[in-house]
Amino acid sequence: MGNPLDSLGTTIFLGFVLTVVLVLLIHAIA
Amino acid sequence: MQELVTYGWWVFAIRWLHVLSGVMWIGLLWYFNFVQTPSMPKIPEAQRGAVTGFIAPTALFWFRWGAMSTIITGLIVAYMSGFLVGAIKLGIGDHDPHTTAIGFGMWLGTIMWFNVWFIIWPNQKKVLGIVAAEPDARRKAGRIAGLASRTNTMLSIPMLYAMVSAGRPFY
Repeated sequence: MGNPLDSLGTTIFLGFVLTVVLVLLIHAIA
Repeated sequence: MQELVTYGWWVFAIRWLHVLSGVMWIGLLWYFNFVQTPSMPKIPEAQRGAVTGFIAPTALFWFRWGAMSTIITGLIVAYMSGFLVGAIKLGIGDHDPHTTAIGFGMWLGTIMWFNVWFIIWPNQKKVLGIVAAEPDARRKAGRIAGLASRTNTMLSIPMLYAMVSAGRPFY
C-alpha cells in the first residue's frame, strides 16, 4: 500500500489541512 | 542623528540572516520535492549519475547547512527578543497569540531541522554512496529519506503560516 506522501499533490493538500488545524490550535490556546 | 546600529538593529539583522538561511533551506527542500525527485524517473539511466554524483550532493550541502543556520539564527532572534522560553511553552497561559504562533513555528521548524540532520542526511549518504550500503539497505534508505523530505514539505506550509503571521500581527 502506498503512503499518502508519495503524491506531491496530497502532501500539499495535507499541508494546508494541517495549517487549518494549527490556526484553530493557536486560537484555542491564546 | 538617530543611531543606526542599535540593539534592535542587531535583532533585525539576525532575523534577516534567519530569513536568508530559511530561503536557502526551504528553497532547496522544494527543489528536491518539486523538481529533482519527480524528474528522476524521466531521466535516462545513463544520465542519472549527473544528478546523484554532482547536483544532489551540492544541493544537500547547502540544504543541511541552510537548515543549521536557520535554527541557530532563529534561536538567537527569539532569545534577543525575549520570547524564547514563552514560545517553547507555546505561549500557554500568556494569552498572547503571537507567542503561541511563533512557538508552533519554532517547534515545526525544529522537527524539520531534526529530520534534515538525523533522518534525511544519514539516509542520503547511503543513497549517494558516500557511505557504503547493500543495494537493499540503499533502497530502504532512499525510501526513508524520501518520506522524511515529503514530511518536511508538508510541514513547511503550516510552519511558514506560523512564522509569517507571528511577524506581522493580525490576531
